[in-house]
Amino acid sequence: MQPFAYTRAADPAMAVRAARDAGRRGEAVPFPGHAGAPGQFLGGGTTLLDLMKLDVMRPALLVDINGLGAGPAGRISAGPDGLRLGAMATMAETEAHEAVRRDYPVIAQALAQAASPQLRNMARLGGNVLQRTRCAYFRNTSWPCNKRRPGSGCAAIGGQNRQHAVLGTSEQCIASYPGDFANALLALDATVEVLGPQGARSLPMARLHRQPGERPDVETDLQPAEMITAFTVPAAPRTRRSLYLKIRDRDSYAFALASAAVVLDLADGRVRGSGIALGGVATIPWRAVHAEEVLLGRPLTERSAEEAAEAAFALAIPREHNAFKLDLGRQCLVRALLQAAELEVRG
Amino acid sequence: MTEGEPPGAGRMEVERQPEVSRRRFLAGTATGAAVPLAATLPGAPAAAAAPAVPEASPVDLVVNGQAHRLALDIRTTLLDALRDGLGLTGTKKGCDHGQCGACTVHLDGRRVLSCLTLAAVADGHEVTTIEGLEQADGSLHPMQQAFVDTDALQCGYCTPGQIMSAVACVAEGHAGSDAEIREYMSGNLCRCGAYPNIVAAIRRAAPKES
Repeated sequence: MQPFAYTRAADPAMAVRAARDAGRRGEAVPFPGHAGAPGQFLGGGTTLLDLMKLDVMRPALLVDINGLGAGPAGRISAGPDGLRLGAMATMAETEAHEAVRRDYPVIAQALAQAASPQLRNMARLGGNVLQRTRCAYFRNTSWPCNKRRPGSGCAAIGGQNRQHAVLGTSEQCIASYPGDFANALLALDATVEVLGPQGARSLPMARLHRQPGERPDVETDLQPAEMITAFTVPAAPRTRRSLYLKIRDRDSYAFALASAAVVLDLADGRVRGSGIALGGVATIPWRAVHAEEVLLGRPLTERSAEEAAEAAFALAIPREHNAFKLDLGRQCLVRALLQAAELEVRG
Repeated sequence: MTEGEPPGAGRMEVERQPEVSRRRFLAGTATGAAVPLAATLPGAPAAAAAPAVPEASPVDLVVNGQAHRLALDIRTTLLDALRDGLGLTGTKKGCDHGQCGACTVHLDGRRVLSCLTLAAVADGHEVTTIEGLEQADGSLHPMQQAFVDTDALQCGYCTPGQIMSAVACVAEGHAGSDAEIREYMSGNLCRCGAYPNIVAAIRRAAPKES
């Protein structure tokens, strides 16, 4: 692990200032996104310290923001307008929250099926959505990787790519986004609240992550020293008819090969609206808009679900070892849709 | 000794050396790892660029009810601080990347991975390790006893982490069935495959704990 400076922040504004100043006085290399910035926020550290030990991330300054968990940034509140999740709440706290479990089951289920109990006690929501790919070539500095070292090439495209993405890929990068919780937020039309050197702003969850394109190293819309402070989810009757289905190599404690977050609005037996997001198969949390369009106005049957799944993967590009993800991803989505339609939802 | 073996091959007597056990030897050499204390304090205004030569920072840890002040390279994980700084080698280093659970300890009563926790982050918080489970009279914690009684280990390397996780699993109320125990113990890997007996140990200890 490279040497770094360490400081603790007492509030979000102080944290942002400290991270910004690290950038100002640091090396004169341009930092196109938050992940390469010299000042990094340290929450649970479950991604950051792992990647620092691997020498994949080399921040000059860690701003410890764990103290913020006791304040508003760690709070979860649910009301008639919707749900507000402080970015410093832990995965475990959120998963156990009564209103989350009752009114937003897709969130509780995505969290409960992610990582391990120890990691869920440590990891905080803001960092969770920013966790970085598990691509073995990204994690090992002896390989070329356009995400880690722009312009060096992609070892995964012609390599061991069983776990890699089939949606949202480019000729520069096929690394899959590994998370679960972000898919739930995406399906629920969540908003991300951000604090940065220029002040506060908010953006739709759908705009947080960026497809690799020509710049796989720029993973999100966040700028250096910008910090996620909260997620908000609008209240809607359909959030109760939601679930998360995750398919993996073992029953527990594994990343998704394919997963589906489904939020269904059913009226008189027909789909009035839906939110569908896919995990394990794409480079970013993947909103399956074409699947949602197929379902609109139709009864949810095995047939319509299969057509939706077909639409979701119509543009998929399989590679040598991951073509199975097309079938697996479609079947995962069909099963998730049918299960969501069967849910008994109270008032 | 069985027939046909040369004399002495079956029962080799190894001279015991009571003064220097492996455990004591390792613990004894480990405490020299702390580095000299310098002026940088955590919480002081951030130095912008990373220091070329790491300086030591004071870190206050409360481990198993005892307060310690250590002078640590700020990169030191809680795991290394426990093992190398305090000689508490019961907590094991398995993968060192948050994948195996061997380093599980309790931080303010919640189970966490000490290999992905900076010691500085644990400053001022209560840490409990496997050494802290023992009762005041020296008898084993019910979970430790249950692991012995059900033979819930083979090589034993993952066992401290398994036990720390198991104690938390029961305290969280996640030991209601074999399936629930398996799910909530999934962060602790056992290469020997002692899983059935680990589940049996937790089922046995759960009512005594709660």
